[in-house]
Amino acid sequence: MTGVRIGVVTFPGSLDDVDAARAVRLAGGEVVPLWHADAELPAVDAVVLPGGFSYGDYLRAGAIAARQPLMRAVVDRARAGMPVLGICNGFQVLCEAGLLPGALTRNSHLHFRNRDQALLVERADTAWTSSYDQGQTIVVPVKNGEGRYVGSDADLDRLEGEGRVVVRYAGGNPNGSSRDIAGVTSADGRVVGLMPHPEHAVEELTGPSVDGLGFFTSVLQGALSA
Amino acid sequence: MPRVVVDVVLKPEISDPQGQAVLGALGRLGHQGVTGVRQGKHFVLDVEGTPDEAELREIAETLLANPVIEDVELHLDGA
Repeated sequence: MTGVRIGVVTFPGSLDDVDAARAVRLAGGEVVPLWHADAELPAVDAVVLPGGFSYGDYLRAGAIAARQPLMRAVVDRARAGMPVLGICNGFQVLCEAGLLPGALTRNSHLHFRNRDQALLVERADTAWTSSYDQGQTIVVPVKNGEGRYVGSDADLDRLEGEGRVVVRYAGGNPNGSSRDIAGVTSADGRVVGLMPHPEHAVEELTGPSVDGLGFFTSVLQGALSA
Repeated sequence: MPRVVVDVVLKPEISDPQGQAVLGALGRLGHQGVTGVRQGKHFVLDVEGTPDEAELREIAETLLANPVIEDVELHLDGA
């Protein structure tokens, strides 16, 4: 144990909060379970928004979760530099909350896609990817129906110009995402969102690799060296 | 009670695979005259008193639609 406290938020309809908490523990962190309806965010060093179908994906995926009381506190703390990781539905929540640019919408082929996915790590200097090497390829599961990352060409050009694409799909794009973008970061590199699931690739027994653990060790190392 | 309608549709530059699937089905049903389909959302709001346009526009643009990918149309006359 490192003594680093990582909050994991549960929304109604979250599915992967238990796996995210397990990944935090395997990396050596202390898990602080958080409930979406709480107004106060307790003392934590970082927050993970897990995958699932918060509020049944009603209205738009992540739209209602992004406007819950706890998320207002998360947004405020993130703007002050607290690291936040959004995985799958958590990425959708971060885009809806305005912490990350762009939006996620229905897969171009309209099918739910569930497979092991190669990703190219393009940024190894964010709060959540410092355990990787730039240019490294990792394999983690991807599973989504509304995972197509979109934005206007001008916004995407600016995003790429600022080097804010963290991971890109390699060996095939599972959902039609613009420019093969799988995950992006905030301007300060503290907030990261991605559609694939690093928390499902942390143990040989259950994952296609243990490549996902690096997201969680990255933020722990960052908190310890801060 | 006054009724306000909000229509939300994907921006033209965002591809709409659901609309394209509907278009494909129309073609298979023999409706060759339809050349494009865009699928959207239609909200019907019952409002107390006189509808406040500024407030309703805020509701439409900050919750009902995501301005990154969607355009919104407000119909204060409920039509």
